[in-house]
Amino acid sequence: MIADKTLSSVSRRALLTGGVATGFLLAFHLPLRAAVNEPVQPRDATDGKFAPNAFIRIDETGHTVLIMPQVEMGQGTYTSISAVLAEELDADWAKVEVQHAPPNDKLYGNPTFGLQVTGNSNSIRAWWTPLRKAGATARAMLVQAAAAEWQVEPASCTASKGEVTHAASGRKLAYGALAQAAQGQTPPKDVVLKDPKDFVYIGQPLKRLDTPDKVNGKTVYGIDAILPGMKIATVATCPVFGGKVGKVDDSAAMKVPGVRKVVVLDDTVAVIGDHMWAAKKGLEAVKIEWNEGPHAKLTTKDIWQDLRAASAKDGAVAKSTGDIAKGLASGDKFEAAYELPFLAHASMEPINATVHVKPDSCEIWTGTQIMTRVQSEAAKAAGLPVDKVIVNNHLLGGGFGRKLEPDMVITAVKIAKQVDYPIKVIWTREEDIQHDVYRPVYRDQITASLVDGKVAAWKYKVAGSAVVARWLPPAFQKGIDIDAVDAAVDAPYDFANFHVEYVRAEPPAVPTGFWRGVGPNNNVFAVECAMDELARKAGKDPVEFRRSMLTKNPRMLAVLNHAAEKAGWGQPLPARVGRGVCVQPSFETFIATIVEAEIDDIGEIALRRVTSVVDTGIAVNPDTVKAQIEGGLIFGLTAALYGEITIEKGRVQQSNFHDYRMMRINETPKIEVIVVKSGEAPGGIGEAGVNAGPPALRNAIYAATGVALRRLPIDRKALAVGKKA
Amino acid sequence: MATTLTINGERKTLDAPPEMPLLWVLRDILGMTGTKFGCGIAQCGACTVHVDGKAVRSCVLPVSAVENRAITTVEAVGNTPAGAKVQKAWLDLEVIQCGYCQSGQIMAAAALLAATPNPDDSDIDAAMAGNICRCGTYVRIREAIKQAASGRQS
Repeated sequence: MIADKTLSSVSRRALLTGGVATGFLLAFHLPLRAAVNEPVQPRDATDGKFAPNAFIRIDETGHTVLIMPQVEMGQGTYTSISAVLAEELDADWAKVEVQHAPPNDKLYGNPTFGLQVTGNSNSIRAWWTPLRKAGATARAMLVQAAAAEWQVEPASCTASKGEVTHAASGRKLAYGALAQAAQGQTPPKDVVLKDPKDFVYIGQPLKRLDTPDKVNGKTVYGIDAILPGMKIATVATCPVFGGKVGKVDDSAAMKVPGVRKVVVLDDTVAVIGDHMWAAKKGLEAVKIEWNEGPHAKLTTKDIWQDLRAASAKDGAVAKSTGDIAKGLASGDKFEAAYELPFLAHASMEPINATVHVKPDSCEIWTGTQIMTRVQSEAAKAAGLPVDKVIVNNHLLGGGFGRKLEPDMVITAVKIAKQVDYPIKVIWTREEDIQHDVYRPVYRDQITASLVDGKVAAWKYKVAGSAVVARWLPPAFQKGIDIDAVDAAVDAPYDFANFHVEYVRAEPPAVPTGFWRGVGPNNNVFAVECAMDELARKAGKDPVEFRRSMLTKNPRMLAVLNHAAEKAGWGQPLPARVGRGVCVQPSFETFIATIVEAEIDDIGEIALRRVTSVVDTGIAVNPDTVKAQIEGGLIFGLTAALYGEITIEKGRVQQSNFHDYRMMRINETPKIEVIVVKSGEAPGGIGEAGVNAGPPALRNAIYAATGVALRRLPIDRKALAVGKKA
Repeated sequence: MATTLTINGERKTLDAPPEMPLLWVLRDILGMTGTKFGCGIAQCGACTVHVDGKAVRSCVLPVSAVENRAITTVEAVGNTPAGAKVQKAWLDLEVIQCGYCQSGQIMAAAALLAATPNPDDSDIDAAMAGNICRCGTYVRIREAIKQAASGRQS
């Protein structure tokens, strides 16, 4: 059996306790917060414990630690992963604790990526079968141990809630009592997984394991790390993309009370202080001359000009079925291009990292979606072997793709190398927004033809940044960014002649990355906006038009019909009020969304109601699925209503929540999410709602005003009475 | 400069520049990290605490302005009747996702309920619109406030 020594790199106290719903007030005392203040406590996982694999530890008291290969950033995955493991293990849920996995791709790499990464709505999808097998194998070994003790056949024993029972004799043994003996059992080669009808945890709205400490301030996020002797730093990076630090005069800064040191890096100045206030005041007092470099004149306007020119070229063919040339040669022709802006992530927890560099080691406290990459990048920055870098992960105060990048850790290591005490580096909101890794600008062109009221040919061309080429180079093949065309190559409709191309177009100097919803957040928008325009051209109702082309997609059709019924599709509405629909199959989830919105005479938008029906296969935790769709919708609608990063003079113009706006509670409509029962394998759920909101809202506006918006964010001026887009 | 504050009923004497925001005093001097930094300009509400029972943004509140005032943070809001009800409703309805903004949301909601025991939708909008949640938990926040106000069980 694997004796997982790597766990020793995780503090023993880095635990969450699980408890039954009614016991939360008593059950949640073991806090994550202690993790950062205690020395690492090595322990031998095989010492009196049952350690059948990298994910399960049961000690002699029955205390069950489940080790999480994916990170928790609010999406509820710690609870869902635990439910999957506990289900097949037949664990006692009340005895379950959750522990962050240490960096180790071999043990904890996401099976899809081979890398310890949390993203692309892929935690449950990728781990569904491996974790069920891990749980079932462990259960089988516990049953074998009990059967050996009783000298009966294992098949005559059953397991439930942390106990093995021999029904014939009425004997019972708890998992704790079996732990040592189970460790000596040979794991079965092929375990039998449960029939879903026998699930006791999967499919139940189990209470989340991470939330009780989030109501009283006990949860320790990366930004809350406190270490003995620690100082705080804050940074200013050259405001111009690609620029460097020129001259620095720190004489005034060093006079600010509490300032300890000014550190100058290649493109960043950091001020270290006793507290964040000293660091901030100190940074304001540093006189910095920047070498702005070659991008000091860059504007978003130039970037758009380049992107439009690039998108006029032929792209690499991502998919082609039927005969697109022939298909486009007949019928009513339709052409449109849809454009999406740069977006920042703006997690509520600004980016940060705490680092202690010693001569022969480096220890990191942060919240990241990429444990192993952070470890290897930190090792490079520190000039140390990878095994000398310890990474302590934390619950994330939002990720949304920003924490798929290691830049904040690299910068923090470079700063920490210059002092001998631990340093917590905190980016101000302004620095966080102006030095993000942005959702790329995209331009999506659609050429289609209509014959007999249906789409006979569909040519789709995506132009934009290839995030995959930078982030996961081996996955960038034949000029195609599989993420940028995701949900374009698998549009849900019956298009006989279907053709998708991709043109790689990298904006100069602006770093681009994954953003919640990932590739489909450009494609679902373009596809679903075009479908509404085509419906109007065909003289058809948008829902009816879609239905007629979903004949081979029963799951998609079913959620569309369900959503239309729930939302009262077709019922009369007042003037300037419209309903808009969006359907999408992405991340193996099928979701239909209807937004109802009112547009006033000056073009301001009031969201009245949102209805989503989602078929995500087996919903491991139906309440989490609902929550992710509710929140995802708001995330996407926020982008549609307000989201845009613009660049002038090589600088991001937005800086904080006053000019990079978020939806607020007073703008939030009634949202109804219906989770359909299904026996299919679970789909992804974190991204889907994000992509559903913008096209459904845009189509509602189209219905209410007749204005076919083709860019985001929504241009209110185009919607004022008397205006046409 | 020595400053004495009353935080969660305890008197604490500490050394801080008078203009230093309460947020950083709590987090970096007192090690009370439940109160969060989100924006630094009173735009997001993550840093919300109570001063004499009222919800205020600690990121722009100089520490010199709160001497001899009663400061309550999320660590102790559960000791107030409104705070306890809010925390319970938050868990009953599974409001929380990443949770980073929720300290501020809970403080704002507890202050609302203490002043307005039965808030309607417009009261909730007025009290809560200053608190951003990037995970988008607003629908459940509204529901949880109503549940906490009515005392009904989920």
